[in-house]
Amino acid sequence: MTPQPNALELEDLVMHFGPVRAVDGVSLTIPRGRVTALVGESGSGKSTVGRCVVRLEKPTAGAVRIAGTDVTHLSRRQLRRHRSDVSIVFQDPAGSLDPRMLVGEIVAEPLRLSGRRMSRRDREARIATELGKVGLRAEVARRYPHELSGGQRQRVSIARALISGPKLLIADEPTSALDVSVQASVLNLLADLQRDIGFACLFITHDLSAVEYLADDIAVMYLGQLVEKGSREQIFTRPAHPYTQALLAAAPVADPIRQRQRQPVLLGDDLPSALDPPSGCRFRTRCPLAFDRCAAEVPAQVAVGGGMAACHLVQPDGTRPDVRAAGTSEVLS
Amino acid sequence: MTTVERADTASSAVGTPVLAVRDLSVSFTTEGGTVSAVDRVSLELAPGEIVGMVGESGCGKSVTAMSIAGLLPDSARISGSVRLEGTELVGTREPVLRRVRGKEIAYIFQEPMTSLNPVLTVGRQIGEVLRVHERMSRRAARARAVELLSLVGIPSAGKRVDNYPHQLSGGMRQRVMIAMAVACGPKVLVADEPTTALDVTVQAGILQVLRDLRDRLGTAILIITHDLGVIADIADRVVVMYAGRVVERAPVTDLFAHPHHRYTAGLLSASPTPGVHAGTQRLQEIPGLVPVLSTQPDACTFADRCPAADATCRESAPPLAAVGAAVTHHLAACWHPCPAPRTESPEATP
Ligand SMILES: Nc1ncnc2c1ncn2[C@@H]1O[C@H](COP(=O)(O)OP(=O)(O)OP(=O)(O)O)[C@@H](O)[C@H]1O
Ligand SMILES: Nc1ncnc2c1ncn2[C@@H]1O[C@H](COP(=O)(O)OP(=O)(O)OP(=O)(O)O)[C@@H](O)[C@H]1O
Ligand code: SF4
Ligand SMILES: [Mg+2]
Ligand SMILES: [Mg+2]
Repeated sequence: MTPQPNALELEDLVMHFGPVRAVDGVSLTIPRGRVTALVGESGSGKSTVGRCVVRLEKPTAGAVRIAGTDVTHLSRRQLRRHRSDVSIVFQDPAGSLDPRMLVGEIVAEPLRLSGRRMSRRDREARIATELGKVGLRAEVARRYPHELSGGQRQRVSIARALISGPKLLIADEPTSALDVSVQASVLNLLADLQRDIGFACLFITHDLSAVEYLADDIAVMYLGQLVEKGSREQIFTRPAHPYTQALLAAAPVADPIRQRQRQPVLLGDDLPSALDPPSGCRFRTRCPLAFDRCAAEVPAQVAVGGGMAACHLVQPDGTRPDVRAAGTSEVLS
Repeated sequence: MTTVERADTASSAVGTPVLAVRDLSVSFTTEGGTVSAVDRVSLELAPGEIVGMVGESGCGKSVTAMSIAGLLPDSARISGSVRLEGTELVGTREPVLRRVRGKEIAYIFQEPMTSLNPVLTVGRQIGEVLRVHERMSRRAARARAVELLSLVGIPSAGKRVDNYPHQLSGGMRQRVMIAMAVACGPKVLVADEPTTALDVTVQAGILQVLRDLRDRLGTAILIITHDLGVIADIADRVVVMYAGRVVERAPVTDLFAHPHHRYTAGLLSASPTPGVHAGTQRLQEIPGLVPVLSTQPDACTFADRCPAADATCRESAPPLAAVGAAVTHHLAACWHPCPAPRTESPEATP
């Protein structure tokens, strides 16, 4: 028997917007029913990866395979026909919800598009159930998006994405607009549904702590490229790349006394641009450990602990750099 | 002077406030009837003070923030008082408010895409603010816009100044918003989820920009966030809202060490701690849904979800009153405030 195809495969995905090299060679595999978190800096191209998967953007090069089917050259409409089981939750809920539609209509739209017939009563009951799952009251169905708070709108878009029972969910920052207690319930909800329905998920976020609970694997993106990939355990306990280490160290802790005593790991403020990425290692303008070779040579992807990291200081024998050892004075510069 | 002044329950800010919100209520008329969004909220900002505001999604944080300088739509009914250095803003005519906004009170919003104009370059939008409020020439305004963009850490600012908002990533749009907000050196900056779209290494930089602004210009900052780590990092005092009301108000260390309201306690324990939830453990939730405010005017809005609720809680709304030692200026709206430290979360108490 042939093995089941992976839920999603990205092969050397490239997406350029004119001179902007938003995504520059990303390869990633999500097995069926598994959750991969795509983490990284603002502007690193995370949303663009997600938009390429659902064909809101047409990739400049590379391949996108969903459940074994190459969808790189399908139009968005063709993709929707072929793959009604792929959903996306957008990062900016305000921009993705039609302001003229009532919340109930928005949530039920995927059902309507799939041509499923339902009595009005059944539909209303279904909408109420889906809203309830994301912690919204049924009354909300009769409101317009602008009459909701930011977090409520985000939950509406999650309900819309889940109503059709997707096999692959692209979740673009689904919890970043939510307060912690609602965030906790949405993450628990996604984890429950994920376990019950078994959809695979590309979970895009800039908040590592939000994915620790949910992700099986983590991919870290920086300026259009992956700098590290690994299992959740590997990334949290033995991060290899200096950027991953900085991400973990910079997350503020919810304790004012401890937080204010912590040695800040502030990276250099020299944010590189996707218009003109630095030579060699793209992280070098902010990396406290950068040395001559980093400007001259693109670091190779080195296999570490079942994953990979792209940094000259990472060795196949498991040797890793330590950002915190670099000392803050240098880091702050 | 050895006498310890007891704060009255409505005011606990140190020094004369630059902004004083008193008994602010806001409701909306919608197709589904009247929605009460904010119910008798009071808070103050002293010059140079950073006040953090937290609370469940939909509890009225943004509505409170927007009503400060009259940004709400016409469907909003507002009562109460908002004073900027003593001058009443509620009921003030729009042309006056427009002058106040941008120059004296500046905003950074949660969803930058909806507050930036999609058909104007970011340089033009920042320039517009400077031309209107500072009467700068077009050329000077553009040069200043480039300066402001690099101040907030936008790379290749000289090129980005000619970009349209859709050409920027979410995080960069947020930076543009901050550049615009600080353009005229406002007295009060209202930052509604300013770092929500940013990764933590960039967030650290943005929080530093805000702190600098406070230190250099004495700007008072009201920062709304759901990230308790951000609050712990930057806020001097914290206001906790729940279902349209302020349920707790305290200096930051005090609030984290001894939350007196069970909603606050629940919030603190729901916060994900790196290393704790790895794979196995569920995140702590506060069970139940946020009530519709209009349905229970005469009860504690948290009663349905509170492990300590009794008949009193369901019959009358608790006032915001001093708890703990008076010197700490710690207020909570609860008939049965938790006495002990934060380990007493709703889940921990049987
Ligand atoms: N339609 C477009 N035209 C031009 N540039 C674009 C377009 N869409 C995205 N970009 C650019 O591509 C890069 C990646 O953007 P993207 O939105 O994918 O980043 P992101 O990682 O999702 O960031 P954030 O965390 O801020 O949402 C950015 O430099 C952005 O300015
Ligand atoms: N224009 C409006 N018309 C009707 N109701 C509104 C309007 N704007 C906000 N509301 C309601 O007012 C309440 C408070 O909303 P607000 O945006 O202040 O929440 P928030 O605390 O900022 O939440 P979040 O953390 O999700 O941003 C919500 O229940 C919302 O649905
Ligand atoms: S290759 Fe050099 S610049 Fe890049 S992360 Fe490693 S040490 Fe830093
Ligand atoms: Mg994005
Ligand atoms: Mg809000």
